Amino acid sequence: MSYDSWGRNYQSTHLIHPIFWKNNIIYPSGPETLLPYGMGRSYGDVCQNPEEWLLPTRGLNRFIHFDREQGVLACEAGVSFDEILSLIVPKGYFLPVTPGTKFVTVGGAIANDIHGKNHHQKGTFGCYVTQFELLRSDGQLLLCSPDENAHLFKATIGGLGLTGLITWAEFKLQKIKGPLIDCETIPFRGLHSFFNLSEESKDYEYTVAWIDSLSLDLHGVFFRGNHAQEKQSLQISKKNLAIPFNFPSWVLNKHLVRCFNTSYSWIHSRRKKHLVSYEPFFYPLDRILNWNKIYGKKGFFQYQCLIPKKDAFNILSEILKLIAKSGLASFLSVLKEFGNISSPGLMSFPREGTTLAMDFSNYDQKTLDLFNELDQIVSSVHGRVYPAKDAHMSSVSFQNFFPEWKEFINFVDPRFSSGFWRRVTGGGL
Amino acid sequence: MKKIAILGITSAIALEVARLYAKNGASLLIAGRDEQKLSLLKKDLTVFGASDVSSYAIDFAYLENHTSFVEWLWSQGELDCVLIAYGILGNQEDCEKKCELALEVLHVNFISVVSLLHRISQKMITQKSGNIAVISSVAGDRGRQSNFYYGASKGALNIFLQGLRNKLHPHGISVLTIKPGFVDTPMTAHLKKGFLFAASASVAKGIYRAIEKRKDQVYLPVFWGFIMFVIRIVPEKIFKKLKL
Repeated sequence: MSYDSWGRNYQSTHLIHPIFWKNNIIYPSGPETLLPYGMGRSYGDVCQNPEEWLLPTRGLNRFIHFDREQGVLACEAGVSFDEILSLIVPKGYFLPVTPGTKFVTVGGAIANDIHGKNHHQKGTFGCYVTQFELLRSDGQLLLCSPDENAHLFKATIGGLGLTGLITWAEFKLQKIKGPLIDCETIPFRGLHSFFNLSEESKDYEYTVAWIDSLSLDLHGVFFRGNHAQEKQSLQISKKNLAIPFNFPSWVLNKHLVRCFNTSYSWIHSRRKKHLVSYEPFFYPLDRILNWNKIYGKKGFFQYQCLIPKKDAFNILSEILKLIAKSGLASFLSVLKEFGNISSPGLMSFPREGTTLAMDFSNYDQKTLDLFNELDQIVSSVHGRVYPAKDAHMSSVSFQNFFPEWKEFINFVDPRFSSGFWRRVTGGGL
Repeated sequence: MKKIAILGITSAIALEVARLYAKNGASLLIAGRDEQKLSLLKKDLTVFGASDVSSYAIDFAYLENHTSFVEWLWSQGELDCVLIAYGILGNQEDCEKKCELALEVLHVNFISVVSLLHRISQKMITQKSGNIAVISSVAGDRGRQSNFYYGASKGALNIFLQGLRNKLHPHGISVLTIKPGFVDTPMTAHLKKGFLFAASASVAKGIYRAIEKRKDQVYLPVFWGFIMFVIRIVPEKIFKKLKL
């Protein structure tokens, strides 16, 4: 078991204290700080606590209650979305909100207040959390809900694991007829078409666009879909492909990315409608375990920013041009329009506007210079960068992106910290 | 509807097996040391679909508790299967320093299981059917300097189970010896995980299948059968010089 972050963009060693049973958790003694660790799917250092304690939570993997009438589920914080789906989908329920991977824990989903392809209609995962239990380092076990310890409830949703350890949580599910998604794929050209398609697809439950980051005229594929009315399921192969080792860094070069992007555009070059199982629709990359290893030993970065609605078009054009010119981006580039449903989370990332997420190979300073340039543009229009994906932002940028941090520090547990937190608060507070 | 008893339910592997039975609506009897943990697991198995879960808090190391425990197991009718999943790994170095610790490993992993199976097999002979499954270990296949107290307890268990299988066969009762390799569980949380480590959920699937197929013995994951074959055929003259 390794305790890396998904981007594997820096190596750190940790003290490890796994948690197994929620009713007798004893934190390790000593001066080192603590940080819960789920499945390590955040890309940067929000899930890293170099030289200090990580508390792996996957041992907290028990379900507590499943109300099949009301569609409410309670489980321990280390239960994964994967485990939840295999339990609830056959019973006609689905997660209210899911990210692009099902290998995340409930605790991690709350701590990063994750969002998905239905943000424009449903908001973030935090909107569906009804209550959870928080274990602070002074031994206090607090039930948090909109009515009880409400401030801690808000601070913990999107709180990056810094307010204490979530031991269990309860949240609402959504009802579905079956496991299929009625999906439509539409090729498009130009940022204008993306905004038009987003606008006309508002009534679809799920929307997202993939774009070719290397193309200057911006072509892409728009996906929209709804939970299908059909009850039946499709046979899908359960076999996963695993990347067994780090690829050498030269494998993933610009030419390969170009090949991939061109063939991906070609596959989706015609508009089509089809029924697909929910897994390939939501989790296309989960089939390839450890796909992060294709980026080699040096790892990779993801840059995900949000541009508020009024500046979205202009700023995104500028940003996309800058990135295309740099030629540094890789094949996973995603655009998505966020809606205006606000999350209870104090530090929650999504706001009304457009989000862009792009993977970048780790070319050291060259990549970081580009990010700093992007940060300045994002900052100038009061946008923000997603901490769950971040491994680079400066404390100045962070404090610009999240002015709420000044209120947030009042709820941070004095013994909890992370590599990210030390970086963006400039070491000491 | 099946009725399954699982002894040592707080083991990660046992819980995964119990969940597989729960999914099929089985009725479960679960036992372990800690009342609080049992109540958490009861809820979990109910969510997974068990038609009924009853629990019994017991420390199997105390043999005097066994009679009443086995009476409880059969108090609600016949059982389809009993899975014994508890055990302790012990620390080889500590065992070498302190004899009591070494004997405790043998007592929990071997003596207490014999004491239980003595009573359980009588009940099964009376009901003329059933399935006994016991989680042993690949460590019982050959003694190695790195953990031979644990290995000896499991090796003795393997021989006992062979005999019991032979004895119960005419009565229509099957006995399964389960030999997992390295599994990623709380028992091995302190060990560095290499590629040989399997997830408890996949080992549990193998156990479930082996029980349902009424197999005699199973290595999990199956490649351990090959590894242990190689380890068993190395001549002792050479083996004693190896650092395994």
